[in-house]
Amino acid sequence: MADALLEVRRLVKSFGGLIATNRVDLEVLDGETHAIIGPNGAGKTTLIAQFAGDLHPDQGTITFAGRDVTALAAPARSHLGIARSFQITSVFREFTALDNVALAVQAHAGSSFAFWRPARADRALRDPARAMLESVGLGARGDVVAANLAHGEQRQLEIAMALATRPRLLLLDEPVAGMGLDESQQMIRFLGSLKGRHTMVLVEHDMDAVFTLADRISVMLYGRIIATGAPEAIRANEEVRRAYLGDERAL
Amino acid sequence: MLLVLEQTLNGIQFGVTLFLMAAGLTLVFGIMNLVNLAHGSLYMLGAYLATTFFQRTGSFLAAVALALAATLVIGIVVELIALQTLYERDHLDQVLATFGLILFFNELVAIVWGRAAIYTKLPPWLSGHIELLPGVRYPLYRALVILVGLAVAALLWLLVSRTRLGMLIRAGASNRTMVSALGVNIRLLYTLVFGLGAALAGLAGLMAGPIYAVQIGMGEEILIQVFVVIVIGGIGSIRGALVGALVVGMVDTLGRAFLRPLLATVLSPSAADSAGPALASMLIYILMAAVLFFRPQGLFPASAR
Repeated sequence: MADALLEVRRLVKSFGGLIATNRVDLEVLDGETHAIIGPNGAGKTTLIAQFAGDLHPDQGTITFAGRDVTALAAPARSHLGIARSFQITSVFREFTALDNVALAVQAHAGSSFAFWRPARADRALRDPARAMLESVGLGARGDVVAANLAHGEQRQLEIAMALATRPRLLLLDEPVAGMGLDESQQMIRFLGSLKGRHTMVLVEHDMDAVFTLADRISVMLYGRIIATGAPEAIRANEEVRRAYLGDERAL
Repeated sequence: MLLVLEQTLNGIQFGVTLFLMAAGLTLVFGIMNLVNLAHGSLYMLGAYLATTFFQRTGSFLAAVALALAATLVIGIVVELIALQTLYERDHLDQVLATFGLILFFNELVAIVWGRAAIYTKLPPWLSGHIELLPGVRYPLYRALVILVGLAVAALLWLLVSRTRLGMLIRAGASNRTMVSALGVNIRLLYTLVFGLGAALAGLAGLMAGPIYAVQIGMGEEILIQVFVVIVIGGIGSIRGALVGALVVGMVDTLGRAFLRPLLATVLSPSAADSAGPALASMLIYILMAAVLFFRPQGLFPASAR
């Protein structure tokens, strides 16, 4: 493991009186899978949104690949290589699976505003999109309208779209939420296959997923990171156990 | 019978004018969630600018091209200066601000062109008639307006459903956070779409100029009917805008032409004389109320919302 790909320093974000992000320091190393866990309302999604540029912090800095991106909006960060999936499944429901991925390819194709070009017949968009669907195991489902895909397939599609932007950092907000046991096992295997090839930040409640996938874990509580470390260290951390894991007999 | 045919064509011609307006307005609302009352101002500007360009250049086609380009640029400038800050605000703020724009543009037009209505003449090559059937003649210009309107409708449909920009427009209408997470500069997309809508409104206005009077307030008059179109067709839907516009254009035109004689067959002539025009001008609103009652989402609701 080498340098930090994402480096967050003293990040603060508040909504009215609620401090959702309270002086957060965090480093995501190049190549690692970094899980962020914590009870509901701890501020995990707010944190991810600031990494992606959907929200902007009140204070602090976010450095990505050595560059200060704090002031950049989401599209600019996407072009630098930050991609995300959302807590609530976000695919374009009325488009086919292939159209969804092709749109993501188009957004990064550079000539995105060669707007008169036909989108559906464009092999420069379709071929990479098809290959990406293939690689997430949705190869046979390309012509299905996204709204008609199963919930698990929609989540896979969403990750395929994020991957189609060829990111260096993949931000995943509860990728196995709302899945049945089979579906979530399948998703965990799929995310495991991405491990090492992509740097990932994983916000997740499912401890099975977290302890299977994460190289390091940060624990959030009331907007603060109370501990960061390897899974065994987090499991053994007294403060973490008291604050959070203590309730989870699953451990 | 001839009159029915002529009035039907007039209804279609009015309908395509409404469509050109409604398409831009419904796209802007569907994608940016922006209520733009000033859309009628762009219609008015299209009419005034084309009139002036026609007088200066002497070429109708050059006037059309210049007025289209001008409304496109005005639309983009208005979006950049005045509207970008409004997207995050609620609809009431948007209504107030764009109403302010109406006042601004009306005053601007009064300063530049004066308050009197302007009547434009068509060039000779457009002022003739065509023979639809033996003995049935229809003004060439109005027929051209219908053709241009339908051609633009077809192009717009191609643009939205088949091209890269269209994919982005539809995606942006359904989830803008996600579109920007994928790396699309949504601000630029908004500016483009708004400029496109402005140019369509300008086109509607410049084509309407030689048929109706070019005057201050012409934009507000048509804007109300355009909102009726959008409510009937379904907010955010291009197809709904086309169908709604044709329905409203027909109902309004045919109602004004034939409601009084129809009523006269059942009422006394004097009652028909007073009720006919009153009822005719209410028809589209009655139609809208009926649509709202039976299909509150409109005839062709956009799939996204």
